[in-house]
Amino acid sequence: MAHSSEARYGRWIVRVSSVAVCLLAWQAASACHINLGIVTFANVPAPTDVLAAAIEFAESPKVFSHIGTSLMRVFAGYAIAAIVGIAIGLAIGRSKRASDFLSPPLELLRPIPAVAWIPLAVLMFPSSELSMIYITFIGALFPILLNTVHGVENVDPRLVASARSLGGTRGAILREVILPGAAPSIVTGLAVGMGTSWFCLITAEMISGQFGIGYFTWESYTLQNYADIVVGMFLIGVLGMGSSYLLRRIGGALTPWHTPEELRR
Amino acid sequence: MSALVKGGRIDAEHVSIALGRGADAFEAVQDVGFTIEPGELVCILGPSGCGKSTLLGALAGHIEIAKGKLHVDSAPVSGPHPDRGIVFQHHTLFPWKTARDNVAFGPKMRGYGKAERRRLATEMLELVGLSDFANRYPKQLSGGMQQRVEIARVLVNRPRLLLMDEPFGALDALTRLMMQELLLAIWRHVPTTIVFVTHDIDEALFLADRIIVMSPRPGRILEVIKVPFERPRPTEIMASAEFGKLKAHCLGLLRSTQDPHPLQRLSPLGIAAGARL
Repeated sequence: MAHSSEARYGRWIVRVSSVAVCLLAWQAASACHINLGIVTFANVPAPTDVLAAAIEFAESPKVFSHIGTSLMRVFAGYAIAAIVGIAIGLAIGRSKRASDFLSPPLELLRPIPAVAWIPLAVLMFPSSELSMIYITFIGALFPILLNTVHGVENVDPRLVASARSLGGTRGAILREVILPGAAPSIVTGLAVGMGTSWFCLITAEMISGQFGIGYFTWESYTLQNYADIVVGMFLIGVLGMGSSYLLRRIGGALTPWHTPEELRR
Repeated sequence: MSALVKGGRIDAEHVSIALGRGADAFEAVQDVGFTIEPGELVCILGPSGCGKSTLLGALAGHIEIAKGKLHVDSAPVSGPHPDRGIVFQHHTLFPWKTARDNVAFGPKMRGYGKAERRRLATEMLELVGLSDFANRYPKQLSGGMQQRVEIARVLVNRPRLLLMDEPFGALDALTRLMMQELLLAIWRHVPTTIVFVTHDIDEALFLADRIIVMSPRPGRILEVIKVPFERPRPTEIMASAEFGKLKAHCLGLLRSTQDPHPLQRLSPLGIAAGARL
């Protein structure tokens, strides 16, 4: 036992020093303004500058408006995508008629990346706020929808047959068998959708936003606050990771019969 | 202890069942007729793919018959019903429900309150000897335990028919024998008509009042054998001369029509075991 915990310490030391080496290399590269021809560190802020900028940003009142705006947009678009995606996914997976009616237009729209919607979304929605929520929605919709359909179609027909033999009505089977049967796949779709909706939001904010973490990052570039660019990048990473983590925890709590190994897949 | 048998008579006349579509269509069951009395335990014995599971699926209401008459208590079978409970070979317990909630599913569908269905499920789990495992998920139970929960889940509805599709086929020999004894014990407490599909001659002879022996596809009835052993049956009868004689007879029947190319196993839901509904 003692041996294995020692080994674990050893591995952690390796991991931490690996990060430290990266930071040092970065610090050295930007301090010496290394120019490799195809890539230059001349304008890249050093980790120490980034840390200072991060502290300054954290103390400024802007931090809440930027993060708050982004979070609000993501969760609005994502929540609508989750509701619409799961509802349409269940309908397509369960009913041939719904599938014939709904699938063709969705299949046509699916290959269009959500960010390609940005110009049209700006034209379609009177407020830029709504257009960004729409982009976030489109980004999250397809992963959630497709995984829901996939999950519903893969529910073991023998489970459905058993439920029918035990007296389950169509509605009861949807609630008691189809939904929990498809839940692990739906959770996967929700996790993937969370990632894409962040990605889409950041892009949309860089193009048409006022406030928001994507806007902050792009604004830092135009204002030549180079250290703030990296602060923005880190924040985007942390927010995306945090929401994915939250989602996995909620998903795990909702599907306790499902082991986490399979959930991570 | 034992209540009166409430119905459970099966009348089958000239039943044929077709499966598949277009060029793949074939007759799985051909012109089959038999009568099963209320409270009887009948095994349907036949080689793999002979249509015995298909016949069971028709009794459960998952497969429609093409020709003939299939009545339970003088009413034609139309669609699945909790009066005709079915136990499959493989685990069809709801993985997201505990053993108790799986058993309580039928009562829940019939609108029983939470406390009442909990009581019914607990009682049933006690009958199959799983009181201590009520809060486990199916994954946390052994194969034999899972099949016991399956039986409890069907019996909690007090069905007129208990339809079993090779329910112990996936278990090891010792567990299978234990489950066969358990089934007979449960059947004494909850008397109901049991139709038990198997390809295991020993299993059929140990369990059944009568054995319906079927031919390879298209499934027809070769012979109906009355099993003379008294009940309750100790496992020792399997070593008796009478048992050996009957076994040899069954084996002869199955051999006489043996197909050199064994067929794919059929399921009570249609073509292959994993077929979509």
